[in-house]
Amino acid sequence: MTFHPDMAYGATFHKSARQLEPGMKDGVPFEYTAENRARFDEIVTRYPPDCRRSAVLPALYLAQYQEGYITASAMRYVAALLEMTPADVEDVVSFYTMFYTKPVGKFVLQVCRTLSCALNGAERVTEDLQTKLGIRPGQTDPSGTFTLVEVECLGACDRAPVVMVNDAWHECLKPEDAAKLVDDLRARGEAALSGCYHVVEDKRTG
Amino acid sequence: MDPILTKHVREPNAFTLDFYLQHQGYDGLRKALTMKPDEVVELVRASGLRGRGGAGFPTGMKWQFVDRKSEKPRYIACNADESEPGTFKDHLLMERNPHLLIEGCAIACYAIGAKIAYIYIRGEFLHVQRVLEAAIDEAYPRGFLGKGVLGSGFDCDVFVHRGAGAYEAGEETALLESLEGKRAQPRNKPPFPAVVGLYGAPTAVNNVETLANVPLIVLNGAEWYAGLGPEKNGGPKLYCVSGHVKRPGVYEASMTITLRELIEGRAGGVRDGRTLKAIIPGGSSVPILLPNQLDTQASYDGIQKAGSLLGSAGIVALDDTTCMVWLAENLVHFYRHESCGKCTPCREGTDWLYKILQKIERGEGQMRDLDLLSSISANIAGKTLCAFGDAAVTPVLTTLQHFRHEYEAHIKEGRCTLPADWRGRRSVAAH
Repeated sequence: MTFHPDMAYGATFHKSARQLEPGMKDGVPFEYTAENRARFDEIVTRYPPDCRRSAVLPALYLAQYQEGYITASAMRYVAALLEMTPADVEDVVSFYTMFYTKPVGKFVLQVCRTLSCALNGAERVTEDLQTKLGIRPGQTDPSGTFTLVEVECLGACDRAPVVMVNDAWHECLKPEDAAKLVDDLRARGEAALSGCYHVVEDKRTG
Repeated sequence: MDPILTKHVREPNAFTLDFYLQHQGYDGLRKALTMKPDEVVELVRASGLRGRGGAGFPTGMKWQFVDRKSEKPRYIACNADESEPGTFKDHLLMERNPHLLIEGCAIACYAIGAKIAYIYIRGEFLHVQRVLEAAIDEAYPRGFLGKGVLGSGFDCDVFVHRGAGAYEAGEETALLESLEGKRAQPRNKPPFPAVVGLYGAPTAVNNVETLANVPLIVLNGAEWYAGLGPEKNGGPKLYCVSGHVKRPGVYEASMTITLRELIEGRAGGVRDGRTLKAIIPGGSSVPILLPNQLDTQASYDGIQKAGSLLGSAGIVALDDTTCMVWLAENLVHFYRHESCGKCTPCREGTDWLYKILQKIERGEGQMRDLDLLSSISANIAGKTLCAFGDAAVTPVLTTLQHFRHEYEAHIKEGRCTLPADWRGRRSVAAH
């Protein structure tokens, strides 16, 4: 559907139209590990008893950390725990960009592409990572190690360009060092990342 | 003015409770508890503290609006969803001085009669969230939070709530929706959150930096606070300077400072021997200022007089290599991606704007596209539930206003006429 005759757009142009993966693996039952269940039980106490739904974002994070992405089973499981409908949970999952509905690589490289990073070479960073990995933004490399994504402003414009790898940060990346970061991640894992203010400042002053 | 909020941020242990207590930590809360809640609200009102999130609305007034007659519990919702492009001050504040925010939350709760403050932090700030949660865990056993704070009859809990990637969650009603476990989409206003907020209860939504100012005001008084800056623009202010400058970073100053002092002084000026072309003074949602406006006072009122807004104080300096069509395309890409989709003009319009800008940037534009850009923008601005629509069209309108010749050159030449430069561009061939 389009609201303008000259403005055709694809089915997924806007996140409100984002569809969950067809044939999404949902036959595999989902349940929190005992540890995650205990964390969930603690989290729910932070909200009023009749407002359990408030815990949906943290509950989905727990599911995502456990499985790597959010399955249909996990959505139904979270829905039952929070007394929501599975459709309500899906509504939330499809809206927020940090939830994955299909498997992602071991390292999700999220390159900030917004203004201050772009002024400092973010487009080059993305290009070099594409060349190095042989994939385009939104794709995962064949080995399942790296997923490349372009994301919007991460809020560290003074350390531009910034790349977020899973939940960890790598700041002040020189565009020409982007490809090296891939090798470093392979060799040393997240230890290869510069981290945030704390770590960076401590490294500089210490 | 010497830094107050960020005085100790470079010290290794600045984020620990022990360090904080050695530097008047929680003295503001201790003092607030000896006052009546209404006196605290009045003090903050008298200080003239204005919301640091972007709108610059007086905080004391916001607190006065909180409905006292409601039978429902009241809430503080701290907006730590810092996502405005060019803004990174709350990031630093929470990471290096988390107890200041926690103290501010506790005082705010006491002032409006709330027992719970939720700090809504953006999902990408997990490393900051860990610092904040560790600080909260330190504060409970020492009696700064929990039941009977510091031996008084006041109970206060502070919880961190993690978002999951949505710029719109920074809009106050969308933040409350997200906190209630829904899509981060704005509500119709009125009613305002002060009357019908979180769970339908009276709620004050305040930015991180705003709440961080509260302990200072309680401790040092309204007059002291107001005297730190020009009239109606009191207190210390955190400025985020980024873009083409030598020393990007967070700089704390009195709002008597000028854009020139911030960009040329604190941030070291434009780098690589280039010249300044334009300034975004308050995050990507505000109109551009030109180099001849560098002597503008960087206060809420000063920047407004110059024709823009201080917004979130995210100052982006752009040098003469920056293509303004590219800049508009980059920012509209952001707004198109972040539009929550609730209002048709914004959801559809940002996509249309992006496609037209992309076309012009590729060198396939036509002159009539420029009128189309203006007309679509006029049909988005003011026609949406929240201010996002107005913000989304600003980069287009402001670049068209000041740099229309660059758009025309793209269309006439079929390409960008500026020398290609790696800092801002894709490879020369693609451009």
